[in-house]
Amino acid sequence: MSRIEVLEERCKGCLLCAQACPKGVIAQSERINQHGYKVVEAAAEKKEECIGCAFCALVCPDVAIHVYRTPKNVKEEETGHAG
Amino acid sequence: MYQEELVFGHPASMTDHYMHYCPGCHHGVAHRILAELLDEMGLADQAIAVSSIGCSVFLYDYYKVDCVEAPHGRAPAAATGVKRARPDNFVFTYQGDGDLASIGMAEIMHCANRGERVSTVFVNNTVYGMTGGQMAPTTMLGQKTTTCPGGRCQEREGSPIRMTELLSQLGGVAYAARVAVNNVKNVKKAKEAMRKAFQAQLEDRGFGFVEILAACPTNWKMTPIEANERIASELIPYFPLGVFKDVSQEEAC
Repeated sequence: MSRIEVLEERCKGCLLCAQACPKGVIAQSERINQHGYKVVEAAAEKKEECIGCAFCALVCPDVAIHVYRTPKNVKEEETGHAG
Repeated sequence: MYQEELVFGHPASMTDHYMHYCPGCHHGVAHRILAELLDEMGLADQAIAVSSIGCSVFLYDYYKVDCVEAPHGRAPAAATGVKRARPDNFVFTYQGDGDLASIGMAEIMHCANRGERVSTVFVNNTVYGMTGGQMAPTTMLGQKTTTCPGGRCQEREGSPIRMTELLSQLGGVAYAARVAVNNVKNVKKAKEAMRKAFQAQLEDRGFGFVEILAACPTNWKMTPIEANERIASELIPYFPLGVFKDVSQEEAC
């Protein structure tokens, strides 16, 4: 499973990441950080759909997104279908 | 169980200093690409940055490299001195369009023409950002700024200057390209163009120049997403992307 970590104290809520996400995982949250920006988050109901493509992190102007990826199970790795 | 791995994190040569740029400003993307290249090319220990005046004035806060702060527009002249005094170091300048294309026009032209072994990252957002959105030499025709409130007029203020095309005519330039960072594809291309510009210096071929089309949502009076879209709809048709000069090893003097 893949996931993103939004560094909320760096995020400025520009939403360029939300636009770049091919799965529409990212949305604006209701939380406001110490600088007064409404930060983004991986929406709870769509979190599972993250494919770890890192497109969001590539377009983020504030280096506010870290992307984690977990290799799929061994069977897939052996047959060469691992993601 | 499998350990999850970090596939995208903070570049090692970049400090974790909070960036002062406005939301949606492309300076941040340009900074990150540059830091990633310093890491990947192993230049972090030998790099010396020469920063400019403009929004990118606080460059020294964001990189773990030595930095010289040049007077307005004079970064290429300062970089010439740095490189000649320390030829084994990797020297780059990072300038905006108000700095490079206006007050610093003479310095960049002669630095490029002499073929100084330095690299320049030129961030073109068509406006003077830091001082409050005045007209720059690169401002688009019809674009409203605080010093041309009716929109830039060709009769009165001339046309936007295409710096990459101008510089690609000069003999000392080894690599000149224009890129954008408005989408994932362009970000990846921008990184490769900057890598080639840096290699021109490392391989002692000449001056390397990369122009990055960037958004300035604050002074364009747009949301970050609208400003990002303007790059593709208005800027790229006038400032075409691509490599304008790439001199191979054999041709270099």
